[in-house]
Amino acid sequence: MELTSFKLTNVFIVILIVLLTSCKEDKINFNAQVRPILNKNCISCHGGVKQSGGFGLVFRENALAETINGKIGVVPGYPEKSEMISRIAHKDPEMIMPLEREPLSKEDIKTLTKWIEQGAEWQEHWAYLKPNEPEVPEIELDWGNNQIDAFVYQKMKSNNLSPNEEANPYDLVRRVYLDLIGLPPTTEQIEAFINNTSDTRYETLVDALLDSPKYGEHWASMWLDLARYADSKGYEADRGRQIWRYRDWVIKALNEDMPFDQFTIEQLAGDLLPNPTKDQLIATAFHRNTLNNGEGGTDNEEYRISAVIDRVNTTWEIWQSTTMGCVQCHSHPYDPITQDEFYKSFAFFNNTSDWDVPTEHPVYREFDSITQIELDGINKWISNISSETEANKWTNFIHIQEPKIRPEDFNETKNTIHHNRSGQDYMLVYNESYVKLKDVGLDNIDRIYINYNQGEKIKGNLLVKADSLNGSVIGELKLNATRGFENVPIKISTTSKRADLFFHFKSTDKDYQCSIDGFLLGEKLPTNKNEEYANVYTKIDQLLNASYRYTTPVMVEKQKGFSRVTQMFDRGNWLVKTDTVSATIPKLFNPNNDEFKNRLDLAKWLVNEENSLTGRVIANRFWSKIFGKGIVVTSEDFGTLGDKPTHPKLLDWLANRFSKEWNWSIKKLLRTIVLSDTYKQSSVISEDAKAKDPYNQWLARSPRVRLSAEQIRDQALTVSGLLSNKMYGPSVMPPQPDGVWTVVYNDDQWKTSKGEDAYRRGLYTYLRRSSPYPSFISFDASERETCLSRRINTNTPLQALITLNDPVYFDAAINLAQQVKSIEGNKKAKVDLAYKKVMGKKITKEKSKILSNLLVETEAYYTNNKEEAFELVNSENLELASLTVVVNALMNMDEFLVKN
Amino acid sequence: MDLYNEAQKRKLEFTTRRHFLKQCTTGLGGIALSSLIGPQQLFASNNNTVFNAKNLPHFLPKAKRVIYLHMAGAPSQLELFDYKPELQKLHDLDCPKSLLEGKRFAFIQGIPKMLGPQFNFKKYGESGTYISDALPYFSTIVDDVSIVKSMHTDEFNHAPAQLLLQTGSARSGRPSMGAWVTYGLGSENDNLPGYMVLVSGGKNPSAGKNAWGSGFLPSEYQGVQCRNSGDPILYVSNPNGMSRDIRKKSLKAINDINKKQHKEFNDDETLSRISQYEMAFKMQISVPDVMDVSKEPDYIREMYGAKQGETSFANNCLLARRLVEQGVRFVQLYDWGWDMHGDSKAGSLNEGLRAKSKEIDKPMTALVKDLKQRGLLDDTLIVWGGEFGRTPMRENREGRIMPYYGRDHHTEAYTIWMAGGGIKGGFSYGETDEIGYYGIKDRVHIHDLQATILNQLGINHEKFTYNFQGRDFRLTDVHGRVIKDLLV
Repeated sequence: MELTSFKLTNVFIVILIVLLTSCKEDKINFNAQVRPILNKNCISCHGGVKQSGGFGLVFRENALAETINGKIGVVPGYPEKSEMISRIAHKDPEMIMPLEREPLSKEDIKTLTKWIEQGAEWQEHWAYLKPNEPEVPEIELDWGNNQIDAFVYQKMKSNNLSPNEEANPYDLVRRVYLDLIGLPPTTEQIEAFINNTSDTRYETLVDALLDSPKYGEHWASMWLDLARYADSKGYEADRGRQIWRYRDWVIKALNEDMPFDQFTIEQLAGDLLPNPTKDQLIATAFHRNTLNNGEGGTDNEEYRISAVIDRVNTTWEIWQSTTMGCVQCHSHPYDPITQDEFYKSFAFFNNTSDWDVPTEHPVYREFDSITQIELDGINKWISNISSETEANKWTNFIHIQEPKIRPEDFNETKNTIHHNRSGQDYMLVYNESYVKLKDVGLDNIDRIYINYNQGEKIKGNLLVKADSLNGSVIGELKLNATRGFENVPIKISTTSKRADLFFHFKSTDKDYQCSIDGFLLGEKLPTNKNEEYANVYTKIDQLLNASYRYTTPVMVEKQKGFSRVTQMFDRGNWLVKTDTVSATIPKLFNPNNDEFKNRLDLAKWLVNEENSLTGRVIANRFWSKIFGKGIVVTSEDFGTLGDKPTHPKLLDWLANRFSKEWNWSIKKLLRTIVLSDTYKQSSVISEDAKAKDPYNQWLARSPRVRLSAEQIRDQALTVSGLLSNKMYGPSVMPPQPDGVWTVVYNDDQWKTSKGEDAYRRGLYTYLRRSSPYPSFISFDASERETCLSRRINTNTPLQALITLNDPVYFDAAINLAQQVKSIEGNKKAKVDLAYKKVMGKKITKEKSKILSNLLVETEAYYTNNKEEAFELVNSENLELASLTVVVNALMNMDEFLVKN
Repeated sequence: MDLYNEAQKRKLEFTTRRHFLKQCTTGLGGIALSSLIGPQQLFASNNNTVFNAKNLPHFLPKAKRVIYLHMAGAPSQLELFDYKPELQKLHDLDCPKSLLEGKRFAFIQGIPKMLGPQFNFKKYGESGTYISDALPYFSTIVDDVSIVKSMHTDEFNHAPAQLLLQTGSARSGRPSMGAWVTYGLGSENDNLPGYMVLVSGGKNPSAGKNAWGSGFLPSEYQGVQCRNSGDPILYVSNPNGMSRDIRKKSLKAINDINKKQHKEFNDDETLSRISQYEMAFKMQISVPDVMDVSKEPDYIREMYGAKQGETSFANNCLLARRLVEQGVRFVQLYDWGWDMHGDSKAGSLNEGLRAKSKEIDKPMTALVKDLKQRGLLDDTLIVWGGEFGRTPMRENREGRIMPYYGRDHHTEAYTIWMAGGGIKGGFSYGETDEIGYYGIKDRVHIHDLQATILNQLGINHEKFTYNFQGRDFRLTDVHGRVIKDLLV
């Protein structure tokens, strides 16, 4: 034992000497040299929250302040007076920092000393600094197609690496197909490329792929992981949710190459845009992908808050790769974000009218065609007498029927019961009950819709009174029986511009009871002179109760005057509320204290040219999908605990192009990436490169990345010719084993889709959160419970069992075997063709031999076991059965499951 | 001195005097617990990198594997373990307001009545442990188990409470206990998944598959559910017409091609692919074998009450033993149907709970005895319990009297039992008040239970973290303490 420690000490000293002699007298760079030392050794005790001894190193002012023992940790210019320096170099084991850990190296101590000597200047973490326009390095060799290559080559060179040769065209075409549209090329598509002799054949192919409608389907998967899109609500019963219109919106937006700033604004705040279109409202379903708890006995407000917290965390993770989640309970331990700033972000999202109820209101209703014609008529009528804007406002009102004033908003009630658990959100009223709404603006209101549900045998009366329970009656309604909840108008006549409204319920029946869902304020139609006026109102009243085909949950702000107040939660506990806060973004990002009103302001700020972080974060996300990992590997965290960029200048160059020059065009970003020579490199790994760069950080070769869950299935269906081209619409249920869906309190069944719907692309597969499609989950797809920035690829035997035995892969194998069987030729020819169909290229001799052998052996076996062959392919054709076994093997080759 | 003990000694030498003094305040156990962490951290280059699972265990484990018997729906502690004669005296009286104020219940509204214990209790074993007449078999093994009567939780609905128990958080998205454990300790058998889940009672637990999900841990650590019909593990069988012979030939071809591929591209991931397919083939052989209870002698099946071809808690207990015997690290059983609100006969205490108790009594007793007779109980930890307890009040949903006797969900006090894996036998921990409403002594929170389970596996729950979304996550969040009194 003693011998070992002696040796260690020697090694340590040698290293020290090497390090010390290599030290230069340059100015110390805080981010590059000091921050890593602090983060590694100090920050867990001397951070933003935990400041042991009163000393913290997240903010400069804390580091320079007096500590508990009266000493000052960092005295700029005077290392000898700085307690930090004296403690990290202390001789006494009781005093030396970091406590109970390996002392700092002499080199680190020297760096810190010199840094203080030079004035202990602070620097913002790299991600929060504005990017300079990086200078594109010169490359001194005949390699490189665009600026990406220049930046990449510079790093290769400094790591003694050189670019790999270009991939063979067969592998390259397959790769670029899989990367841009998620599907492999057909043999014909590859041949067409090979036979094209034009110099620009590759560019032409790339442009064609970017124009393909399949492009949007492929890239939607990535965005839907971030948006935690699913077809069910989550939690116990995990009932179905109709929200596929949102998925279709994402596909369309990507196919149209909607600029990313607009893409952002419409999803976060489409409802707050002036005169929003249907698509802009559907886009807001983005944040309605949060879970909804339908379990008996759960508190609606608790789970509404849970959804809002998720919206905050998701927004900050997607656009800023900033981990807001931690700050919910306490200030950020490492990054300069404080606890109140979480709740200031929370306030942006705390004012939508959704409330964890099964109806998922607010929803955008889509009517059947007859109802839609009625609605179009009204739209036209209003448009004629007023404007299209006014007409659109009414159309949206009829589709959404919000903002509704609901029981949670009632300012005062008497003799009522609020059912606010899981399945319910309504107010039970009885004879002599009342509900008060405070200070309601009545300027442009001539009717209030009450949404209520009342049984047949009983009748009630509703009086609407202004200012007090004994005030003047400004509206009256006989409450007749309804069929479920219905919207019924109460005509209001008053000259007051504002009033407290009292809804007073009366009945002669002592057992009277009525359920109230809420009130909608009905604005005046733009004119009341038109002779059709009354008729139009009648039609609107009917439309407000019309049945509908589809609904999509959307975002709607609460009625003015009924906004929620945002209070901080003590240690994240929603039942213990403390200070009131209003919406704004953290000071770190808002040094000028600009004012923020609502979600729209937040969305616009996220994609403002001045916000350089967004360009970096988003460019990095797309880069990481192509190369298997980001320039910043932790694409979810650009904070001080995340990884640093491997190619910081390249990241800034891409971010600047993306957010400025290319006007947020995702297609231009991807085009530039796949046109680079970096991308086109072969993925063959030389021993030298493997030794120098085992994890391929420096990109001196193309990475070999395993295909995603969706790609693996889509690819098998494509090469066998089974894949359906159908786009959009409700999610489908391809075959899955019986008994996968066994969820309590829910009779939903997996109804296997018929016809081409059984062979749609993976992203159309119904995703039930508690029971996702088994093969996707095994291949690391997201359960879509929370925002997921990157899937972590794993390798388990269960994956092999899927591609070996899942009937989908057997359907594909049989289908391809049929095609191969029908050609003229011997066994080898058939095997070779099967390989070519699957991989797009010619088989090597060795592989051909292995597979031909398998075919021969299998056929021999089936000749002696004919009934087994019949069982496998439901045909007496032994060749078909044997070829099926061969194709099944082909679809399990490593090269089929990865992109070369 | 063996390698392990030598490493321990070396680690201890690293600790300073100050460290010693500080750790001593938590008792000698504390030294063993936390002093061993230092050196590994000294050499950790960067705390961004994923936790190196190879550093585990942190210290010498008492248990190598866990069998968790989760009674989904939450059995009534007041009818099974926590004898409250005082509650009988209050039977049918109005519940005092003091017990209701500021409390949130799932279904109780207005003023409910108190409900006395519905079953009779007697003392059993040398330890003189009270057990109700619903568990006659179990009463014979009380001297082998520890009963914890002072459990409490934060959640009063099934799904969130099950998630809190199994994942440490009431919201979905965190890794389950079994995922954490297999992530940390791996499996002892490459031919079987390290974390397996068996479900009985006709339904999955309320929390669904999240209860055995891998959350943000890599998906290979999720629990693999053994299915009740069809393949015991999805796609483990070859399709009809593909014999094991043909499969073997085709796997050989796949791996031969992959070897050529490796020669061509020199990517070591291809080698992982080859072993992945080898393991899949081994799994195809070993899974159907281990899941076949007919391989057991009659007297063992009889001991559990297991019947071939059935899906029952009894069969699952027997399978659990077969699985841990094969080196499966974490076996999770769920038995559905314990939610006795009094809304139906099957949902009543007197009928439903008695029937459910009868279903589990014999098999869970057999599991303890069988492991013991095989010498496996010493290093296998068994935990039995629900996700919360039941109220001493009778449920009165929407203020109305329920048709049968039933109790509402209750977070403040409930009972679990543990056995084996370094847990004391014949021991009772914690006390509740006279009516079983609150724990009044040695309260044990869900996170404490989790910390204790990890501790028995040689894992310090505070040091066992995974970095996700910029934060180090733990099974026990920022809570949890090991209940040392329970340990041998």
